[in-house]
Amino acid sequence: MEAWFALLVGIFFTVAVYLMLSKFIIRVLLGVAVLGNAVNLLIFTGGRLTRDVPPVITAGADALGGPAANALPQALILTAIVISFSFFAFLLVLAWRAYEDLSTDNTDEMRVAEPVKEPMPPLGY
Amino acid sequence: MAVPTSSSVDLSAALVLGPATVADWLVILPVAWCFAVGALLVMLRRALNLHPIIAIAGLAGLVLIDGLLLGHVATAGPVTMVMGRWLPPFGIAFTVDLTGALFALVAAIVALAGGIFSLADINDSGRRYGFYPFLMLLMAGVSGAFLTGDVFNLYVWFEVLLISSFGLLVLGSEPEQIDGTVKYGFLNLVATTLFLVATGYLYAVFGTLNMADIARKAQGLRGSAPLMTLTALYVLAFGMKAAAFPVNFWLPASYHTPRVVVSALFAGLLTKVGIYALIRVMVMLFPVEREELSFVMALAGALTMIVGVIGALAQTDFRRILGYLVVSGIGSMLAGIAIGGPGGIGGAIFYALHSMLVMTGLYFAAGIAARLGGGSSIATLSGLYRKNVGFAALTLMLCFAVSGLPPFSGFWPKVMLVKAALDIGAWWLAAVLLLAGFCTLIATGRLFLLAYWRDEAGPVVDAVRLPSTLLAPLAALSLLTLGIGLYPEPLLATIQSAAAGLAEPSAYLNSVFPAGGLQ
Repeated sequence: MEAWFALLVGIFFTVAVYLMLSKFIIRVLLGVAVLGNAVNLLIFTGGRLTRDVPPVITAGADALGGPAANALPQALILTAIVISFSFFAFLLVLAWRAYEDLSTDNTDEMRVAEPVKEPMPPLGY
Repeated sequence: MAVPTSSSVDLSAALVLGPATVADWLVILPVAWCFAVGALLVMLRRALNLHPIIAIAGLAGLVLIDGLLLGHVATAGPVTMVMGRWLPPFGIAFTVDLTGALFALVAAIVALAGGIFSLADINDSGRRYGFYPFLMLLMAGVSGAFLTGDVFNLYVWFEVLLISSFGLLVLGSEPEQIDGTVKYGFLNLVATTLFLVATGYLYAVFGTLNMADIARKAQGLRGSAPLMTLTALYVLAFGMKAAAFPVNFWLPASYHTPRVVVSALFAGLLTKVGIYALIRVMVMLFPVEREELSFVMALAGALTMIVGVIGALAQTDFRRILGYLVVSGIGSMLAGIAIGGPGGIGGAIFYALHSMLVMTGLYFAAGIAARLGGGSSIATLSGLYRKNVGFAALTLMLCFAVSGLPPFSGFWPKVMLVKAALDIGAWWLAAVLLLAGFCTLIATGRLFLLAYWRDEAGPVVDAVRLPSTLLAPLAALSLLTLGIGLYPEPLLATIQSAAAGLAEPSAYLNSVFPAGGLQ
């Protein structure tokens, strides 16, 4: 099971990196969304994928009956999902504003902050 | 896969019901205080004229709290407070040692200076956008990152400060700012995601997120677990946050676009959080891996220094020059981490603290220069010396400090780093450190020559009086720089014991796992 998930995580990362290498913000955004999910799956896989043993210690025992899925990575993922969702929302609005104000979504053409032709600093006076 | 926990652990012993001592509360107070003041500001969002008063009082309170915390840590050693009183490694621990307390105090001082400077720099529309609440939340994130003792919690604080920094960066929503924020936002998000990847692996390998627990367990897992991969991922993630060379491009693209006070705070605080995290992870958690990676980091540090100063030399805009100087300074800190040992780590910490004060001050100077001279291009700025001599003198002090000249604060860390580099035989690194300092002097010297000394073309203008809200923060930071340069002994001694505490973290471990506690 873990091996298949590892493969899946690898595919997610590949897709994310491919999308993020694009010049167009909207694709980069999709890449960021996929990247967040790739990481979530990675953490999820790190906490064992099994449902044979519930992570509850039964009455009378002082340890789990066997290797159970770890609940903590799942809690970490919940945190990470909330954070990455809010970031995605912010960046989506930012991308929209950038498209409106700079009238392009091509990052190569976004040169307002760093103009292409800039004068060299003066050499003397 | 997660390490199976020993079946002999008695979970009931992990819950302590005794009350926390008052001194322990100091550990969490900086974060709680910032959140409380930030929440108050959000509630009073209609009373905009109250915002600066509350925020500056809040930041002054933060300086006081961090000062008390540093005093407490200096006398009592590292202090730990665990959320919910669940004994570590179960609860989220806040552990403060000298390094964290020092960084938190200097960050609070810088933020207070920024708060005062903002009185003249942030107008009503900036206040309506929520500058002050964002500032307090940023400080909550920064303080949390410096004080936490839990790796995942560190990630959460990174996100807190990142989302506040987004808010501050787009304040004003001018096209230039949106352009800068796009680059800053995406690249920083990728960096924190890399941090999260590394943390996911870390938990899978160690089965714990508590830094002290990781430091304890790392020795036993070395050889069987891919700690090298982990460390390399952390170097990349934190290097990107700190704007180290191959991944530094977001910084010069964005730091000159927001309001001056925002640039100043970012230059002082954000990259240094990355450096702090790098020091914490590399020196305390994975010292063996740090040695393995030291050449790569030394190379990255050297290239960062060179690329930074060359970028600074090629710029015409005052604030863009400073952006590249921030990058160049990061290179010196990376070099210190790569060198290691008390000299290298101490030098890196000292350089980071010095850079927080000096870079913030220089951005303040850029803001005042733009106000006096009407622009920030050094091709057109001129005659600032004639307009306000005191301001010019304060700027000159900061220019010398950032170049590493005595008697200012930049001199001592540079001496420590060069000596540490020569001690391990890395003469090339020492040479790059000195060369970077020299080129920084050329860049800042030219800046001063053109913008300050050059006479204006038109008729000679009279001296201009500056409001004290602009001049006071700049003067405070410059004089602090001078003070540290003239009398470095107390700070140096603190930094040396901080570096020793990182290299030999037994006091840190004892504070998290007191003798007789859960093992």
